[in-house]
Amino acid sequence: MEQPSDTDLTETGLARRQSGSVLLIACGALAHEVLALIKANGWQHMDVQCLPAKLHLYPEKITAEVARTVEQHRNQYQTLFVLYADCGTGGLLAAKCAELGVEMIAGPHCYAFFEGNETFAQHLDTEISAFYLTDFLVRQFDAFVWKPMGLDRYPQLRDTYFGNYTKLVYQAQTNDPALDAKAADCAKRLGLAYERRFTGYGDLATTLERIAP
Amino acid sequence: MADDDEIILSDLSDDELVLQMHDDLYDGLKEEIEEGVNILIARKWTPYDVLTKALVAGMTIVGADFRDGILFVPEVLLAANAMKGGMAILKPLLIATGAPRMGKMVIGTVKGDIHDIGKNLVGMMMEGAGFEVKDLGINNSVEKYLEAMEAEKPDILGMSALLTTTMPYMKVVIDTMKEKGMRDDYIVLVGGAPLNEEFSKAIGADAYCRDAAVAVETAKAYMLRKHNRATA
Repeated sequence: MEQPSDTDLTETGLARRQSGSVLLIACGALAHEVLALIKANGWQHMDVQCLPAKLHLYPEKITAEVARTVEQHRNQYQTLFVLYADCGTGGLLAAKCAELGVEMIAGPHCYAFFEGNETFAQHLDTEISAFYLTDFLVRQFDAFVWKPMGLDRYPQLRDTYFGNYTKLVYQAQTNDPALDAKAADCAKRLGLAYERRFTGYGDLATTLERIAP
Repeated sequence: MADDDEIILSDLSDDELVLQMHDDLYDGLKEEIEEGVNILIARKWTPYDVLTKALVAGMTIVGADFRDGILFVPEVLLAANAMKGGMAILKPLLIATGAPRMGKMVIGTVKGDIHDIGKNLVGMMMEGAGFEVKDLGINNSVEKYLEAMEAEKPDILGMSALLTTTMPYMKVVIDTMKEKGMRDDYIVLVGGAPLNEEFSKAIGADAYCRDAAVAVETAKAYMLRKHNRATA
């Protein structure tokens, strides 16, 4: 399958292939990682439908969009699985998935499940001033962070947003020196210390392995 | 050469100046707001009138346009920063002139959470509405909330959280208040992006406030009920 562009994943998402027995309804920010796992494991029975990653800018819309997508496709697949964590929905997405009878990936957000929910929870108290970026968010930093926060127009707001943060943690799903350099530059632009932390695909991989058979 | 369109604030009548200040607040022009406040004070306006008619009325427009999707967070922050400039001038004058007090609030972001933009907006708008506000800042443990309630004797406790992982801590605070038999002595308002009405009810808060304007209206309504209960 051809790799979708990050801009498309942010704005419009990713259309499904319309084949397979399992449909993964995923956030566009996870598309590359999900497609990589499907390819690496030969999970030909898995199809992916990604919603626009920019929904994260309006978390109150996520639950309704996921529910709509589930309803739209539930008769075409044996299994539907939601690849959104809570993602700022305050438990509403979990409640809706339970109501619809579909499973979703565990965790508060992708930063947690990429690192592993258990590991992430262990340093929750000691790392409260960390700002996290994933591979996708590093690539889409301007579209996802800089511009929506108005920092391209009002750079004086930087410390209003980030004054309480101390470091940017780049959770690397892949080993890519160019992304590492870009993430370090993002930290510099935000006035934060920089740390790269390799996570791989974390609980995303183990979750898909569990539902793959 | 001077810009022909440049507005000289001191040349405007009171009514024109107030409208201009609403525009300047909308555009986040802090220096203009500070100048406008100083002009009105020099014209013998009471600090309370400057606050309510020029600043709070202007921020109400900002809040309404934010809710309607016309203005976005960056613009609201700039407007808030401009209002903050005006408030800094007015605050000592309001204290000196004994402006009406609506009540007192202790507010803070919960433990594990460093996000304070929404909390700061609420605190500022509450001050603008005549509440005395004690801001505890970020990352507050239940002990800090309890200490502040003991020391400040507020009418209202406000708690804020931006993260799914930190919002449950609000329940820890409320449950501790129940254990100590002090829950009903306070109005508990909660807010933050991932919160909702259901969560607020589930943890035993009095109300969820989706934005700063709602927080002010909710606080006023609860204070009125409190007074009515006290006088019944």
